[in-house]
Amino acid sequence: MLAKRIIPCLDIKDGQTVKGTNFVNLRQAGDPIELGKLYSEQGADELVYLDITASHEGRKTFTELVKRIAQEINIPFTVGGGINELSDVDRLLNAGADKVSINSAALRRPELIDEIAKNFGSQVCVVAIDAKCEDDMVHENGDPQIDGDWVCYVNGGRVPTQYKLFDWAKEVNERGAGEVLFTSMNHDGVKRGFADAALRKLTDTLTIPVIASGGAGAKEHFRNTFINGNSDAALAASVFHFGEIPIPELKQYLRDEGVNVRI
Amino acid sequence: MDVAIVKYNAGNIGSVENAVKRLGIEPVVTDNVELIQSADRVIFPGQGEARSTMNYLKAHRLDEVIVSLKQPVLGICIGMQLLCRHSEEQDTDCLGVFDVDVKRFMPQRHEEKVPQMGWNTIEDVKSELFAGFERPEFVYFIHSFYVPTCDWTIATTDYIQPYSSALHKGNFYATQFHPEKSGKVGERILKNFIALK
Repeated sequence: MLAKRIIPCLDIKDGQTVKGTNFVNLRQAGDPIELGKLYSEQGADELVYLDITASHEGRKTFTELVKRIAQEINIPFTVGGGINELSDVDRLLNAGADKVSINSAALRRPELIDEIAKNFGSQVCVVAIDAKCEDDMVHENGDPQIDGDWVCYVNGGRVPTQYKLFDWAKEVNERGAGEVLFTSMNHDGVKRGFADAALRKLTDTLTIPVIASGGAGAKEHFRNTFINGNSDAALAASVFHFGEIPIPELKQYLRDEGVNVRI
Repeated sequence: MDVAIVKYNAGNIGSVENAVKRLGIEPVVTDNVELIQSADRVIFPGQGEARSTMNYLKAHRLDEVIVSLKQPVLGICIGMQLLCRHSEEQDTDCLGVFDVDVKRFMPQRHEEKVPQMGWNTIEDVKSELFAGFERPEFVYFIHSFYVPTCDWTIATTDYIQPYSSALHKGNFYATQFHPEKSGKVGERILKNFIALK
């Protein structure tokens, strides 16, 4: 049986790993390659390297870093940030990335998804969606806002668009994306769990894997998103970077809870 | 130890090159017939689509070269599927080393997404390729087509139904999964391939 995946996300700025709370207040959290190797040895199933400043500053991603990652890391990794056109994808895949994650560029020009799928195969195309529920009725606990309107944002969560989460996710699927990486901006950095109700709606609707992102604060949150959200993978950053949740301990816990994970 | 990695129009070849380098071996990535024929080990890797890769191999006469190799050969992913007789992908005739046909995954439930992407276990392993394996180990897969279980099966994986995740016949070995992306387990498989007698 296919295992549920645990994916540490390394946000990169100036060659270093950083992690913010609700996308601000960046803190240093280590060397990207050393950290990636450590996670791989601890049992991470994949890694995501995101150049978080690339999109709004118009920077191109870090091909040299990607080459070094490909030489050193023996599990699949995805890179994202600042990918605007097919030539960016070509360059990053040639440098050794297994998949690319596109976000703002796909919302500005959705045909990019079709082009990536056609030229390189669906499996390399991860579409990241940052969305925020505009419903102010965010509950203290449990699962908030599925009924409110989820609005997709671009430029690292700075600029709202006219796209709604579920419509956009369906379009992304139909255009040939290989996976959806959904970050709830309401949940990101708050550490109260993933947006499992919205994730459930995505996993029930889409025919491609869905990666849950935003909100991990405890081991139970991973269990909940796999069981209640039916998420195929769960992505987190700071809980791993600062050792709050060691990956081996997390995986053993998940297995004990009946979630199929790779140990 | 000379290791040749067959260079053709498939993706992901650099990952295999990096993985072999991590074992301390400097491989040559080439479509040169002499270099391929004289290597101690040949790896036929790749990620891609059956029809266009077969056409490329034929146009470069690599089809004849690969099937006539006598040293240990390891096909990976599309490399494994191309070593079979025929693929349902674009109704493509392949190299025919393994007398079995490649089928398209037909999902039975919503959860059974195609392609299979991620970590799954290999079971019933029977080959020196898996020397030292004591339990079903997880390896990394990305594929939409599969090889049914057959006389040449040396490992099975369960996705939608049990199928061949590795094959062996004579000097030809093949894995549907990507050992180069399968962490320590994958490294051991590549080491075992290099160490074959």
